[in-house]
Amino acid sequence: MKPFVLFTYDKTFEGFLSCVFFAYEQKINPDTIQGEFEPKPLFFDYSYHIITEEEKSKRVWISLENKLSLLARKMLFNVWLSEIHEVEMLMFRYVSKIINSSISLEMNFGDDDILTVSKIAKKVGSEARKVIQFVRFQQTKDGIYFAPVAPRYNIISMTVNHFKKRYADQEWIIYDTNRKFGLYYNLSEVKEVTFDKKILEAFTEGALKNDKASDNEIFFKEIWKTYFQHLTIKERFNPQLQLQHMPKRYWKYLTEMQ
Amino acid sequence: MKDNTLDKIKILTDAAKYDVSCSSSASSRRNLNKGVGSVAQSGICHSFTADGRCVSLFKIMMTNHCIYDCAYCVNRRTNDVPRTTFTIEELVNLTIEFYRRNYIEGLFLSSGVHRNPDYTMQQMIQVVKSLREKHRFNGYIHLKSIPGASQDLIAQAGLYADRMSVNIEIADENNLKLLAPEKNYESIFSPMRYIQQGMLESSEDRKKMKSAPKFVPAGQSTQLIIGASPESDKQILNLASNLYKRPSIKRVYYSGYIPVNIYDNRLPALKSPPLVRENRLYQADWLMRFYQFSVHEIVNDVNPNLDLQMDPKMGWALRNPHVFPIDINKAPYEMILRVPGIGIKSAKLIIVSRRYGKLTSDQLRKIGVVMKRAQYFIVCRELPMNTIHEVKPEYLKQLFNEKKLRNKHSDNRQLTLNWEE
Repeated sequence: MKPFVLFTYDKTFEGFLSCVFFAYEQKINPDTIQGEFEPKPLFFDYSYHIITEEEKSKRVWISLENKLSLLARKMLFNVWLSEIHEVEMLMFRYVSKIINSSISLEMNFGDDDILTVSKIAKKVGSEARKVIQFVRFQQTKDGIYFAPVAPRYNIISMTVNHFKKRYADQEWIIYDTNRKFGLYYNLSEVKEVTFDKKILEAFTEGALKNDKASDNEIFFKEIWKTYFQHLTIKERFNPQLQLQHMPKRYWKYLTEMQ
Repeated sequence: MKDNTLDKIKILTDAAKYDVSCSSSASSRRNLNKGVGSVAQSGICHSFTADGRCVSLFKIMMTNHCIYDCAYCVNRRTNDVPRTTFTIEELVNLTIEFYRRNYIEGLFLSSGVHRNPDYTMQQMIQVVKSLREKHRFNGYIHLKSIPGASQDLIAQAGLYADRMSVNIEIADENNLKLLAPEKNYESIFSPMRYIQQGMLESSEDRKKMKSAPKFVPAGQSTQLIIGASPESDKQILNLASNLYKRPSIKRVYYSGYIPVNIYDNRLPALKSPPLVRENRLYQADWLMRFYQFSVHEIVNDVNPNLDLQMDPKMGWALRNPHVFPIDINKAPYEMILRVPGIGIKSAKLIIVSRRYGKLTSDQLRKIGVVMKRAQYFIVCRELPMNTIHEVKPEYLKQLFNEKKLRNKHSDNRQLTLNWEE
């Protein structure tokens, strides 16, 4: 019977690439790849802890650069950001197929793994787009525009370029309430930030409490809500269609639904 | 001032919402001057109202005063509704503050005809000029052109707007004159011609000198009201098809008639807006623009109106069984697009994937083909199953007849647009 092989690593992208390197160098194929602190499965025969090494991860990435178009590489990284259960094994199978083939396989959507990678990448891209759609900034008393979001996948870094270009002249923060970190633009660059738990509560309930919001903020929020309500054409009332486009899980941080 | 603004918003939003144009795409304005904003190439919908429509722009009228008396319009001169006007500063301020909070992609500015078309147009131009020049606003601007406005005002406006539009509203000139005696096709089509001319001249200039100013880079659109007047779908779609032949027209919108002025007996007494018909028209519009159908394949003298109970692509397939079944692994892209159950994304995936090996029905299902529909029209790697010839078109017509929806609200609800992706 084939031995069950377990790889553990540090849950970084470079770590994943190091796993790939290890598998090819040692000619050992894993059955599961998981984070080093996750509970191990009940039965396994061999376990290897993979140390992340920049040299090795770079070499794997370069060989992927030679085999995959830029679009496909972006897709692969998107899949990584999805953080879904057992994404490492899906990516490992995808990478192996790509590397082992002499012709380009990235368009072979007849293959299950290649198709799944593209589907998940699509979901991740769609979540990033939804965040761009549904992010609502609230102006705080010190002039910074603050936006809490609760995305399913780890995508706020994908939205940074868009917001940097668009709001070049205002300071803003986009905060991922699920993953407890945010991105702060200070008019010249974007930095990662975290907040103290107490400060956080005031900001992530949904609407900013009035004492934290600037005066303008309260006024414009009311105008926006009124505008939104009056836009509805009663004769076309269709809450099901509204939900289809704007699922309830986004409503907490949407000004007009608060 | 602040309470006043709230009242104005209520009145002027109610007035503006019947113009259904909603896109914020097809233009790429970049933020090169540390100003506010940029335009996303593919457009962004920031919110959705309780009627399911997308909110991407701040859609508002500058004023709902109007000298015209069009039967189908809620703002008509003889209606007793509260009238008000926004100042230029109010509009500019609201647009920018909404934009900063990511509520909107930009501004959609319309207006009633106040005093005369040129005066109204001038006021609107002040707003967009202030946004672009004084406030360095780089977001999306959709400006309505007032029918009857003069050419040099259109020429001015086009330098600031991303998209401009004039609404045709009624697909037949005689019917239009009946419902809106102050309007005629000449007053509607001449601003459209001026805009097109401006666009062509600007693109010629930009070929010689890249820094020449852009003129209405996102093109034109227009709107047709469905159900306020007796035109057939054939008339409507023929008009749309002819409009799409012009280079500057990007979209035609179809707006189901909302019975607003029920006292006027030039208008039909509808119980509810014709949303199913509107949905079918959009499906037909998509067939013309993306699926390479020509208008007379969809509607013609024999079938001048769209079947309300079946989508037009399936309707065409059932009328043309001789074309099917097609071999998924060999047929050209144009033919694959014609199969019910296969949308554009699936068709493209099929084309690239089949180079690696013949596709089976299982792979097709995973790719996203709606096999429940497509199975009668294709053959793939396995043996041909029951195609349209074995099963007969009449039976399929019964099978795919979209009966009244299960709940009581059948016609009143807008159907979700299933593009068979």
